[in-house]
Amino acid sequence: MRDELLTARGIDKSFYGVKVLDGVDFTLHGAEIHALLGENGAGKSTLVKILTGAYRRDAGHMALVGAEVEPRSVAEAQALGIGTVYQEVNLLDNLTVAENLYLGRQPRRMGLVDHRRMRRDAAALLARYGIAADPDETLSHYSVAVRQIIAIARAVDLSGKVLFLDEPTASLDAREVQALFTVLKQLRDQGLGIVIITHFLDQVYQIADRVTVLRNGRMVGSRAIAELPRRDLVALMLGRDLAEATAHRAAGDAPLAAPDTPAAFQFTDYGKRGSIAPFDLAIRPGEVVGIAGLLGSGRTETARLMFGIDRPDSGSAMVDGLPVALTSPEAAIAQGFGMCPEERKTDGIVGDLSLRQNIVLALQARRGWACPVPRREADAIAARYIKALDIRPPDPDRPIKFLSGGNQQKAILARWLATDPRLLILDEPTRGIDIGAHAEIIALIQQLRADGMALVVISSEIEELVAYATRVIVLSDRHHIRELTGDQISAQSIVAAMALPGDLPAEGAA
Amino acid sequence: MIRARNLPFVATVVIFFAAYALCAAQFPNMLSWRVAGNLLTDNAFLGIAAVGMTFVILSGGIDLSVGSVIAFTSVLVAVLIRAGVHPALAFGLALVLSTGFGALMGLTIHALKMPAFVVTLAGMFLARGAAFLISTDSVPIGHPFLRTLKGLFISLPDKGKLSFLAMLMLAAFAIGVVLAHRTRFGANVYALGGSPQSAELMGVPIRRTTVQLYAFSGFMAGLAGLAYTLYTSAGYSLATVGVELDAIAAVVVGGTLLTGGSGLVLGTLFGVLIQGLIQTYIVFDGTLSSWWTKIVVGILLFSFIVLQRLILLVSERRGAARSARG
Ligand SMILES: Nc1ncnc2c1ncn2[C@@H]1O[C@H](COP(=O)(O)OP(=O)(O)OP(=O)(O)O)[C@@H](O)[C@H]1O
Ligand SMILES: [Mg+2]
Repeated sequence: MRDELLTARGIDKSFYGVKVLDGVDFTLHGAEIHALLGENGAGKSTLVKILTGAYRRDAGHMALVGAEVEPRSVAEAQALGIGTVYQEVNLLDNLTVAENLYLGRQPRRMGLVDHRRMRRDAAALLARYGIAADPDETLSHYSVAVRQIIAIARAVDLSGKVLFLDEPTASLDAREVQALFTVLKQLRDQGLGIVIITHFLDQVYQIADRVTVLRNGRMVGSRAIAELPRRDLVALMLGRDLAEATAHRAAGDAPLAAPDTPAAFQFTDYGKRGSIAPFDLAIRPGEVVGIAGLLGSGRTETARLMFGIDRPDSGSAMVDGLPVALTSPEAAIAQGFGMCPEERKTDGIVGDLSLRQNIVLALQARRGWACPVPRREADAIAARYIKALDIRPPDPDRPIKFLSGGNQQKAILARWLATDPRLLILDEPTRGIDIGAHAEIIALIQQLRADGMALVVISSEIEELVAYATRVIVLSDRHHIRELTGDQISAQSIVAAMALPGDLPAEGAA
Repeated sequence: MIRARNLPFVATVVIFFAAYALCAAQFPNMLSWRVAGNLLTDNAFLGIAAVGMTFVILSGGIDLSVGSVIAFTSVLVAVLIRAGVHPALAFGLALVLSTGFGALMGLTIHALKMPAFVVTLAGMFLARGAAFLISTDSVPIGHPFLRTLKGLFISLPDKGKLSFLAMLMLAAFAIGVVLAHRTRFGANVYALGGSPQSAELMGVPIRRTTVQLYAFSGFMAGLAGLAYTLYTSAGYSLATVGVELDAIAAVVVGGTLLTGGSGLVLGTLFGVLIQGLIQTYIVFDGTLSSWWTKIVVGILLFSFIVLQRLILLVSERRGAARSARG
């Protein structure tokens, strides 16, 4: 038996009288990658915050290498050799990359910060992750993915003994995830104990040695990964078996709401130089157009262009056969568009507003601030979507900042559904959402489609696209290279089109 | 290449030299070492106070007590010296008090989770009231030690002088620059100004930094009080009303973001000098009302806020375009 590195016994935590963690035991061994799993709101992030000094526990014990410890701040935990990347990306936009990496532990010479060495160290540190960020550049210049890697690099670098990563892979692409995992394995082999939280079960089976599952604030199991088949793991997390029904392809069989309707939304030769090559796209009510492609292939750019965030420099758009100018999101919303962006973490929620207010926000904006949404209506809308998306806890008055990360994401989705759009663009709708809710969102997409809504869904989860898309557009290198319809839609064909763009005749939208 | 975050600073420096050139074109006498030396001396106390204010604003806070603390220290020192206390001792005591007062405000801000605006507003009334308690009259002082201090200077060409006060201010800025850019404390201040929540999760000691920050501002306000006392050779409890606002203006014109997190200490020096330059111009002109200073500073302030907003918008656009991938 290897040494116990970090142990927690009987951890309790309540927020405003609600018990969020109830007698949780947790054991991390040295040289181990330990996955902490559970549904949205199970208490994973709270446990991490307690073990890393960000929150104080109500009861319980914690020991590091056998000695009782009680970190009272993140700084104290860091001093003990515990590094953390929290679920909220915790870096400072206004500082440089190097300053972010070394904040609080800057190299010094004669009492003064040694900028030259800090720059050099920063560049060397980031090189391990294969990113070439300028250490002297302000962090706000970089994408969310790069920031995430910088946060990870920082935490890895300052964790002498234990590393906590709360959903670190949520905004990374496959290549970045592999780079991260390579580093994690090296660190494990050097004896570090690593705790990783994720909703991607594939990643769990790829990297974890051991799994601990939380459900409703209780520890319901801790096993070696080899003894835990996927089915059992899912059952452990949900407390029931997940109906496998969602995985099979349903969209192809179901008829369109109105098969002969003309395209309500039509984009012709629509493009923006340097962002996405001109494309043609026509969307009928009752269609789900899936957009697939590697990160950087122009998926988000397509969505931004359609929603008026970026302006096209070629082509035209038509709604119901009439030309429209989608020059801003407001203009797009006025045409019945809705878009749930990818970066919900950074620009979605308004923390101090209640769950209800967050849900009705977009609807309110659409109607104009002069005519407030009546309270009764707001209540009804909130209640409807809290139920439909299973947002927990189902308390519309709770400030949204007190909800778990996954539940906040569901609230943002609810916000756009509440505007009752005719065309809804979803950018990675299931990221950071647990597998139970995942199935519910897929069901919801199918429901919306059956009700006659037109949807454009961007997703990296190919299986998911196969499950609900009526058409899949594959992007590569900022071009719409291929359109798959009906029986052509399968995981293999999408992957093939993504991987080998040159081998396939470009058809449909080109 | 100039980085976007340094653009406001560069703008300030350019404005200062351009304005100086304009003034000199009209009044060639203004381009002399004597005028330059006086510019520094006359604005020394404001400059010193503005160093402390820069840190507070960088952290996302504000310190409204500065003017009152200057008045308080000047009255206290004057009364003590008249009572026979040696000036050096009086100075030391005044600095200890003003620093402690700042630390206390910092502690209150942190412990009560109150906006700095509210706490330092209370501090402003408190310090002003305390100054009145000590004396309501203007207290003139003369002491050999003070004369010695005022006699210290470095000669500049053509009868110009770099006075003790000017040197004190430049020293204050030098300390400020080192503290802001070369110490962990400085980095923590910028971090606080960026986002207190993120800073805390990155292990920045919020409480310690907040206390140190306002203690530093208090210290600089005290030092400014001493400079003011030396400058006027008197202590007066009604003096320096509103100096905190001049200091804030100097900081913002110097390129620091009023919402915190971005700016340079050196920029504040130019912010102060721009204000001083306008005053000097008015003196040279002789016909303009001194209120023109306020008007020009107002216009400058406004244009700087607009400039910063624009830079922010542009870099946000760029950032958004860059992070839109996938
Ligand atoms: N600061 C807080 N105040 C009040 N309640 C909170 C706070 N933080 C978390 N909670 C509540 O505690 C519960 C557990 O939240 P936690 O963030 O730990 O979940 P999680 O397992 O990380 O979920 P997710 O997968 O969605 O991130 C949730 O019901 C949440 O609403
Ligand atoms: Mg969480």
